[in-house]
Amino acid sequence: MSKVPYEVYTEEVEALSVLSPDGEIVNEAKMPKLTDDQLKEIMYRMVFTRTWDDRAVNLGRQGRLGFYAPVSGQEATMVGSEFALEKDDFICPGYRDMPQIVWHGLPLYQAFLYSRGHQEGGRIPEGVNVLMPQIIIGAQILHAMGIAMGYKLKKQKQVVITYTGDGGSSEGDFYEGLNYAGRFKLPVIFFVQNNGYAITTPFAKQTASLSIAHKAVAAGIRGVKVDGMDVLAVISAVQEAAELARNSEGATLIEGVTYRYRPHSLSDDATKYRTKDEEGEWNAKDPITRLGKYLEKKGLWSDEDTARVKEEAKAKVNEEIKKAEQTQKMTVPGLIDSMFEQTPKHLEEQKADFQ
Amino acid sequence: MAQMNMKEAIRDALRVELKRDPNVIVFGEDVGNVGGVFRATEGLQKEFGEERVFDTPLAESAIGGLAVGLGIQGFRPVAEIQFVGFIFEALDQMFVQAARMRFRSGGRYNAPIVFRTPFGGGVKAAELHTDSLEGLAVQTPGIKVVVPSNPYDAKGLMIAAIRDNDPVFFMEHLNLYHAFRAEVPEEDYVVELGKANVVREGSDVTIIAYGMMVHTATKAAEELEKTKGIKAEIIDLRTLNPLDIDTIVTSIKKTNRAIVVQEAQKTSGVAAEVIAQINEKAILHLEAPVLRVTGPDTVYPFAQIEDTWLPTPARIIAAVNKVMEF
Repeated sequence: MSKVPYEVYTEEVEALSVLSPDGEIVNEAKMPKLTDDQLKEIMYRMVFTRTWDDRAVNLGRQGRLGFYAPVSGQEATMVGSEFALEKDDFICPGYRDMPQIVWHGLPLYQAFLYSRGHQEGGRIPEGVNVLMPQIIIGAQILHAMGIAMGYKLKKQKQVVITYTGDGGSSEGDFYEGLNYAGRFKLPVIFFVQNNGYAITTPFAKQTASLSIAHKAVAAGIRGVKVDGMDVLAVISAVQEAAELARNSEGATLIEGVTYRYRPHSLSDDATKYRTKDEEGEWNAKDPITRLGKYLEKKGLWSDEDTARVKEEAKAKVNEEIKKAEQTQKMTVPGLIDSMFEQTPKHLEEQKADFQ
Repeated sequence: MAQMNMKEAIRDALRVELKRDPNVIVFGEDVGNVGGVFRATEGLQKEFGEERVFDTPLAESAIGGLAVGLGIQGFRPVAEIQFVGFIFEALDQMFVQAARMRFRSGGRYNAPIVFRTPFGGGVKAAELHTDSLEGLAVQTPGIKVVVPSNPYDAKGLMIAAIRDNDPVFFMEHLNLYHAFRAEVPEEDYVVELGKANVVREGSDVTIIAYGMMVHTATKAAEELEKTKGIKAEIIDLRTLNPLDIDTIVTSIKKTNRAIVVQEAQKTSGVAAEVIAQINEKAILHLEAPVLRVTGPDTVYPFAQIEDTWLPTPARIIAAVNKVMEF
C-alpha cells in the first residue's frame, strides 16, 4: 500500500445508491441479482412491516402492547439487510430491530409477547438463529463478535449481523467490537441504521466523525455507507459484506442512512426536536414508494397488491396479538426456575412465598 | 500425589478441562503467550494452540461479550479479567448479559462461562488491583460466585465451574496464589459448587470465612485455643452463591456462637447475608449476637495501610472474646 504524508484520510464518502427516489436504477453495477419473485417478496415484506408497525402503534395506545419502538421509514434497512442473509446466518438485534428477527423466523406472536413483558416471547425456537432485541445499547455488538468467533473456530460458513443506531456508534462496546472483529478477522457485519436521532439527540451532536462508516478505518475493517432508504442498495451492500465474511475476508461496518418517521417510542414526542419540513424531505425518499415505482414499471406490482398485502398483514397481526393475549401468564415460580439449569435450594424455598 | 500451590492447581484444572473437552477456551489480557500476569495459564497456549488459549486486545467489556457470544455457540469460555478492579469495565457483560441469558432466551441459550479474576488485598499492588467485590456479585441474580482458599479446592471447584452450564464468577485471592503448597491429585475431580467445608472442628464458637480469611481465622483459632482453651470451628464457605446455610446452621447448633470474617467492606456484604440467614434459621440456637470482622466502609486503601485495613487475627480474637463473654 502506498503511503500518504502523515495526515490520516479525511474525505467524505458518498452513500451507495442503486434505486433513485423516482424508481430508476442508477447503478447497474451494484444492482443485486434478484428474481422477479424475490423483488415482489421484498416489496411484500416492506408493506407488511409498515402495516404491522401502524397496527402495533395502535395496539400500544390501547394498552395491548408494552414497550414498542416504531419502525416505519426504516423498512429498507431492516427488511433488506435480513433478506440478504442466508437462513442459518445469525442476527443480534438492537431494541428496534424486531422486523429482522421476525423475518428470520421468530413467530410474530412471540414478538408481541416480548413487548407485553412475557418471558415466552424470548423463547427463541430451535433453528431460528437470533437473539432477542438488546436493550443495553452496544452490548449486542460484542455478542455478535463472539458468535462470529464461534463460527470461525468451528470452521462454519455462517455470518453474523448486528444492528445499532447512530447513538450506538458512540458506545465503547461499539469500538471494542469493531476492534476485536478486525483483530481476529471475524465473519461479522456491523449494520448501523443512522436514522438521524438517538431518541432526541441529532446526529450532528453525536460525533464529529465525517460519517459512521469512517469509524471502520480505526478498526482495520471495511466501512461502507449506503442510502438506507434504498432497499436495493442495502441488499447489495449486505450481500457483498456477507460474501467477504464467508470467504474469511473479515468484517464490514455498514452505515445505512435512514429516518424513523415516528417518535423513538410510544412515550416520545418527536415534534419537540424535529420539524415538519424535515419529515417531509424524508417522506419524499420513502423506501416503499421507491421500490413500488420500480416494480410498477416492470409490471410486477400495483396498488391492488399493496391493498391486498395490507389486509393480509392486518389479519395476521390480529391473529397473532390474540394468540399473545391468550398465552398463559408467567408465574414467579416459573421465573425462579429459569435462573439456573438446576434451581438451587434457597431459590426453591423462595417459591413458597408465591404459591 | 503432586504438591501444588493454588496457582498451579488452577492451571492444572484448566489443563484437565482443555484436554477433556474441545469446547473449553481460555482467553484474556496476556493469558496466552506468557500465561497471564500471575502466570496462572503459563504453558497452556503452547500445549493447546492459539485457537484455544489466546491473548485478547485490551478491552474488558469485549472479553465479557466474547465469552457470552462463544457460550451461545456451545463453547465453554474461561475468560480472565486481569485484576478485580477491572471488572467494572465488564460488569454489563458479566452481571447483565451472561447472568440473564438463560432467562431472556427462554432456555434456548445459556452462558456456561467462568469469569476468573484475582481479588483481595495484602500484596501492595497498584491502585484498583486489589479489592473484594464479591458483594456486588452475590447480589446479582443468575451468576454463581466461587472463592477457593486452598490448592485442592481451587482445582476441584474450577473443574466444577467449567462444567457448570451457568455463569460462574471465580475469584482467586492473589495472596494465596503462591502462599503454600498442598497435595493435589493429578487426575480430574470435582468439588461441588454450593458446598461449604468445615476446615477446623471446634465446639465453642463458629468462625465463618472464605478465601484468605480462612487462614487468618485459623491463626486466630490456634491462638484462642492455646491461650484460652477456646475451641473454634471454622467454616470455609467456598461458594458464596449459592450459599451453604445448612453447614452453618449445623455448626451453630453445636457451638451456639458465631462470627463472620470477610476482607470486604462491612455493609450489605456476604457477612451481612450470612447473619440474615442465621437469623432466619437458627436464632433460637444463639447465645450471643453474630458479629462481623471486616474491612471498614471505605474505598480499598493505598498500599501503606493495607495491613491494618484488612482483618487481622487480633481483631478476630477480639470478636470471639466478645461473643464468648456476651
